[in-house]
Amino acid sequence: MSKRKTERLLGLVVCLLSTRRYLSADQIRAAVPGYPEQDDLFKRMFERDKEDLRELGVPLETGLNHPFDDDPGYRIRQQAYELPELRLEADEAAVLGLAARVWRRAELAGAAAGALLKLRAAGIDAGSLDGSDEDPSAQGIEPRLGTPEAAFGPLWEAVRDRRPVTFSYRAAGRSDPQRRELEPWGVVNRHGRWYVAGRDRGRDATRVFRLGRIAGPVKFCGPAGSVTVPDGTDVRELVSDWDSAPAPERTAVLRIRTGAGVGLRRHAVSVRADDTEQGWDLVTTHFTDVGWFADYAAWFGPDVVVLDPPDLREAVIRRLKGVLA
Amino acid sequence: MTASVTSTERLQRLLALVPYVVSRKSVGLAETAAAFGVTERELVDDLNLLWCVELRAPDPYCPIDLSYEGGEIVVSQAESMGRPLRLAVDEASALLVALRMLAEVPGQKDRSALSRLIAKLEAAAGEAASASAQVAVQVDIPDEGAEAYAAQIRAAVTAGRRLHLRYYVPARDEATERDVDPMRLHIVEGRPYLEGWCLRAEAMRLFRLDRMLSLEVLDVPSSPPEQAQPVDVDQGLFRPSPDDVPVVLELSVAGRWVAEYYPCESVSDLEDGRLRVVLRTPDTGWVRRLALRLGEDGRVVSPSSLVTEVRESATAALANYVVLGNPMPATLRIVM
Repeated sequence: MSKRKTERLLGLVVCLLSTRRYLSADQIRAAVPGYPEQDDLFKRMFERDKEDLRELGVPLETGLNHPFDDDPGYRIRQQAYELPELRLEADEAAVLGLAARVWRRAELAGAAAGALLKLRAAGIDAGSLDGSDEDPSAQGIEPRLGTPEAAFGPLWEAVRDRRPVTFSYRAAGRSDPQRRELEPWGVVNRHGRWYVAGRDRGRDATRVFRLGRIAGPVKFCGPAGSVTVPDGTDVRELVSDWDSAPAPERTAVLRIRTGAGVGLRRHAVSVRADDTEQGWDLVTTHFTDVGWFADYAAWFGPDVVVLDPPDLREAVIRRLKGVLA
Repeated sequence: MTASVTSTERLQRLLALVPYVVSRKSVGLAETAAAFGVTERELVDDLNLLWCVELRAPDPYCPIDLSYEGGEIVVSQAESMGRPLRLAVDEASALLVALRMLAEVPGQKDRSALSRLIAKLEAAAGEAASASAQVAVQVDIPDEGAEAYAAQIRAAVTAGRRLHLRYYVPARDEATERDVDPMRLHIVEGRPYLEGWCLRAEAMRLFRLDRMLSLEVLDVPSSPPEQAQPVDVDQGLFRPSPDDVPVVLELSVAGRWVAEYYPCESVSDLEDGRLRVVLRTPDTGWVRRLALRLGEDGRVVSPSSLVTEVRESATAALANYVVLGNPMPATLRIVM
């Protein structure tokens, strides 16, 4: 069954590629072996075949040879079908092999492999996907992109096809998930995590969601092409703005035990021995967010004491008391 | 999978097979089978299928003529199938997103091959390339130091030289000194890592570039032992071993991020949005620090020795605020 279908689809592609005129469904049935005699069976099978070819990206055109024709005909224009001429230098082909491996075992791995196959079919000698015949110029680097979030696949499709989606989302610090309806504009990977940005229909505002916090399935809730990405939208910028709240830089003074607090000392403005307390250094450093920096200072336990500012000092003490509460 | 998936996948392969041979004039069976990831037998089946394609009207004819005598494939007639199908949107996007990510990888002397290739692929993909602009991948380059380290690492890999690094281990708040035979610069979860054989641990290790305190290329050849095999990052960066200590933590709603951030063996919901998680780790020192950081938002439930350690540590830290912290020396107050 499967082999016969492949033969039929192949015949259909060759047939429609070799014609300049639009061929009617009947002409196609006469030319391509494998279609059934009965009209309704043929019709159903032909519809499915057209669908399959379009899904593969075969540009199937529908049109009339004459304005008076009753039924539309079909053809594939050679120019629309073919991958344009493409020549790569050796160094370009080497990076191509590396790029195809980036998605290994992730969502678009199959698509990357498919692309590589077509480029090889165009006469390009790109490296293999498993890296077994790795080009020497590509050695020494192994970039990898993961898509462990189940929501990536459907959201990428939604972004690609410009379709609105709905999903339930567990926002940070909330215990119960909420239903969201989103017009997705793009997906962004930042710090190794995937985010989607777009217009939240319920709130009528631009919003960013972390894919890992989407609970359950992502469902389409509108037709393809019904989402418009506003001109000048930079999804990457939206995500980095959402992720980092820039605040005025503040200065902290810490007492750090000699030899400890290496992580804090690395970014310090100044470090000097404490004249009043032996075995301690006085360290001045900048920070932006009290909560974040208090978390960090508490990490060092009895090796770090915040002297100033008072709100930071209180925040650390609160954490330590919270442990004992 | 269903039969229709298989037949369209095979169709994709057949549509690529003809141009693959045509663009190379003639090519060996074994080589072609390897390029397409099929057995020679499957390849021969494909070739026979292509050769048998027949159109019946208006006059019967066979559009494809080929032979594979003596193991060499030659296509003598390919009709309109001599070129591969255009790239689909997913295909163009997969490559372009990956290439733009590569362009961000630090420590590259020459990015020109990358930008030339991106331009060529965009042109060849045409409209199919546009969706890729809606996907962005950011590679973190913590600071200029990391950029310089990346360049040094790539140079050391190429030249086959050993590295000496001072490396910060936050879990123990320690600066460590190590010699490493570098294998690769790895980009995992958006971060650059040095992958190499650590002579101190006598094992393969990944080192974050943003935790390197200094890096030096030694005048010693790099000689990783034979058992130095690449780390399989696809299985996740942290792989607990059965010997590790199980740690049970209870988290408040505000502490739920811990379950996202650290790989947990199990996560279960408690009342009011609280979570109970089980972590496995060879060294519980960092969990003690994590507990201090979490304050009332996280509580170590077991092992009991760790519960005691956390309380002792918090008590000692609070005592510092009584003894040392007050008052702030007047000379130190910062005028803002």
